[in-house]
Amino acid sequence: MKFGVVVFPGSNCDHDAWYAVQHNLGHQAEFIWHDSTRLGDVDAIILPGGFSYGDYLRCGAIAKFSPVMNAVRAFAAEGGAVLGICNGFQILVEAGLLPGALVRNRGLKFICEPVPLRCETTACGFSSAYTKGQILRIPIAHGEGCYVADPRTLAELAAEDRIVFRYVDNPNGSLDDIAGILNRERNVLGMMPHPERAADPLMGSTDGLGVFQSMVKWFARVESARS
Amino acid sequence: MSATTITPDLIAQHQFSGEEYARIVATLGREPTLTELGIFSVMWSEHCSYKSSRLHLKKLPTRSPRVLQGPGENAGVIDIGGGYAIAFKIESHNHPSFIEPFQGAATGVGGILRDIFTMGARPIAVMNALRFGPLDDPVHGKRNRRILEGVVGGIAHYGNCFGVPTVGGECVFEPAYNGNPLVNVFALGVFRHGEVFYARASGVGNPVIYVGAKTGRDGIHGASMASAEFSEESKQKRPNVQVGDPFMEKLLLEACLEAMKTGAIVGIQDMGAAGLTCSTCEMGSRGGTGIEIDLQYVPQRETGMSPYEIMLSESQERMLLVAEKGREQEVFAVFRKWGLDAVTIGQVTGDGLLRVKDHGRVVAEIPNRVLADEAPLYDRPYTRPFRRAPLEAPPIPASTDLTRDLWTVLASGDVCSKRWIWRQYDYMVRTNTLAGPGGDAAIVRIKETGTSVAMALDGNGRFCYLDPRQGARLIVAECCRNLSVVGAEPVAATNNLNFGNPERPEIMAQLVAAIEGMGEACAFFETPITGGNVSLYNETLGEGIFPSPVVGIVGLLPAGAPVTVDFKQPERAVILLGGYGDCDAVRFGGTQYVKAVLKDLWGLPPELDMAREKRLHTAAREIARAGLADSAHDLSDGGLAVALAEACFGPSQTGAAIDLDADLRPEFLLFHEGPSRVLISTADPERALAIARAHQVEACVIGRTQTGRLTIRLRGETLVDAETARLYAAWDRALERALHPEHETT
Repeated sequence: MKFGVVVFPGSNCDHDAWYAVQHNLGHQAEFIWHDSTRLGDVDAIILPGGFSYGDYLRCGAIAKFSPVMNAVRAFAAEGGAVLGICNGFQILVEAGLLPGALVRNRGLKFICEPVPLRCETTACGFSSAYTKGQILRIPIAHGEGCYVADPRTLAELAAEDRIVFRYVDNPNGSLDDIAGILNRERNVLGMMPHPERAADPLMGSTDGLGVFQSMVKWFARVESARS
Repeated sequence: MSATTITPDLIAQHQFSGEEYARIVATLGREPTLTELGIFSVMWSEHCSYKSSRLHLKKLPTRSPRVLQGPGENAGVIDIGGGYAIAFKIESHNHPSFIEPFQGAATGVGGILRDIFTMGARPIAVMNALRFGPLDDPVHGKRNRRILEGVVGGIAHYGNCFGVPTVGGECVFEPAYNGNPLVNVFALGVFRHGEVFYARASGVGNPVIYVGAKTGRDGIHGASMASAEFSEESKQKRPNVQVGDPFMEKLLLEACLEAMKTGAIVGIQDMGAAGLTCSTCEMGSRGGTGIEIDLQYVPQRETGMSPYEIMLSESQERMLLVAEKGREQEVFAVFRKWGLDAVTIGQVTGDGLLRVKDHGRVVAEIPNRVLADEAPLYDRPYTRPFRRAPLEAPPIPASTDLTRDLWTVLASGDVCSKRWIWRQYDYMVRTNTLAGPGGDAAIVRIKETGTSVAMALDGNGRFCYLDPRQGARLIVAECCRNLSVVGAEPVAATNNLNFGNPERPEIMAQLVAAIEGMGEACAFFETPITGGNVSLYNETLGEGIFPSPVVGIVGLLPAGAPVTVDFKQPERAVILLGGYGDCDAVRFGGTQYVKAVLKDLWGLPPELDMAREKRLHTAAREIARAGLADSAHDLSDGGLAVALAEACFGPSQTGAAIDLDADLRPEFLLFHEGPSRVLISTADPERALAIARAHQVEACVIGRTQTGRLTIRLRGETLVDAETARLYAAWDRALERALHPEHETT
């Protein structure tokens, strides 16, 4: 399987995502420059963490206008798997591919630390390698990761089983302890924690690898259904 | 050239002595122009020329088979094997961080990062050494808290956005830093052998290219500001502090590394202190060439800037490079891809002169060599190092409650957890951080080689104040010890020498003694100094800082799960490598116990036997590498008691039952800071002890780990008995409590 890792000016977890896919997962990854209008022959897209375009104005607010995002929108509309991590989640929200918004952490400080997450659903292509209720230890590293949305959206997310990860000890004030959510079609996941930082035994946890392994399983299923 | 009359007032404003000015006139054979006066003033400033310290810096060892590049370039470079090398250096941004803490610290990070990637290395780690006035200082507490918050915020902002992990550091509080906080930033980068770029302009006719951010009026005279004492007027210097843009720097990094791959770049230097002035004349001087530029081509952010302002601007995120003639377009294409300005502003010449033109009119013409290499060199007089603390010890009262004393030391500013600080730093980005902040040394793996690099920063202003030579030797020993406990072999060092006004002989004496002490220790421990920084005039209203040399040492080790500080599980043997050590009342005076419990300072630093220390390093390293250490922690601030307590602060909060057998009085035994000691826990004490014996290192089992409680007994008498959770709470939250005294309810 081939993952495309989008590189915006200011992306800085692009290499980490690439490395996790290539070396820890054992699949292929390639970079896609932000001004590309085509994604090439990739099977899934990762929008990595970082500070795209310096995160000026608002996190992800400028990235949504970059040429590559039109291609990402089209890819998602056709059911392609899109994973947004940290800044990638912020971009997905700004681009309207996911509902709600990510605002300054409750404590107004950047927080970097491994946190416990609870996997709330395995009914999607990003978490099928986990068990429901499983506690994962995955790092966060963000200043603006407090998820907010209007009550109706929150109710919808819960009712439609679209909350994939919740914080066990809410570090940033996110409503409903939300750490990661799906779009309605369940092919786009945005999450603030960094699964690519918990993919290598040397880094202290491999709990994040399951996100990528789930995507591989999902892709294999789609492929075999096609043939 | 234009004829601005150079008045005595102007000369004084540029901080020249009469003698220095006469030398300028003699060199040029005429009066300088105003632009030239400005150029001389920054290049001959203490900050750029090291005129007070150069003579003594020569005493430092700088070579070893691993050193590929010693002092004199943007950073030192050492071989790490496997075809790879690392570049690293430490630099201060003390003065700007006092005036504008957030931007001052942020641009400090930006500056040292550019020093690393200028050489072609990708930065993979930064650390910082910070010194502030006490957060509860009755007069300056509020300001000190604001400075700390600003500095940490600035470092986090810049490093996090740039995408380099901040993997460790240290932070100390003393009244001596009330008016002069210290912000020293260390950075380390990795590259392939043979991909090193130097800051040399060669090839007559080659284009000189300016890349990166546009030039504005910010930071004019920053280098001179950093070379003078602070006074009440210093706050008016706020416009001297630059504003950093880490996003621009990230683009600059990627663009520079990509441009270097084209093979069209001959030499490159960042524009840091003294901006365009420093980069042009230093590159010319190193290359033995001249450089001619015309300022009309310099991208400018403001209108109406004078040549003086353009040459002295310290706008951030700019680089100067020399390309191969005819291949400019290859370079421009890369910078265009990253959306950055890149323009030819001049060319390399054969006449050895820095010739600055403004729309074709010459506004400055000075030999590069004179600016870069022939700055005044002072053998400043020195007497005995300044100290006010008594040598004799006062009567030391017998402690009535050693558990409470331990609690007090653990909750004190220097010893308490710095998690509040490093939680704001992205210490994991790039997924190489095997051991991050909070341990004895940080460990970063090198994906390309399959090995790791360990690094640590150390300083001890109290020890250096009591005896600068001995203090400097002790910090080198401690830094190497920190590396050894995680299994690394120390191989090279960088230093940041933070001192007061060198024109005062008793301050100059501190500088000289500290350099000599550091030199002796670095030679002994085989960690040559490959570069660094000197920051003098750290005085406000005549009050100087403690002599504060900071050393950063890097070590090499195989990749693998790191050895960490904390006890992992009960029923492991606890071993004290190096023994109980020795101490008397005089040598106890610089300890954290005396500082936190007795609120005093006297005497001398601990004694150091370097040969013994080195044997300990070898033994500790061998034990770590053999996989025998469940945990390992060096003894330093707070001595044995603090080392034991900190080992209880892991996720499992495993404690220990310790039985000591020594003749020292309990306060000394628990809290003296004698070096050459390491605490380990192990499942295989026999093998660990055998390794210690083989290296003639004293070692004994002093107890066993146990669940949830730390008890320390001396020959049956209980000295300390506490739940680890209670000790942890005191230690973990102390900094946050000190920062927000208004929220305190108890």
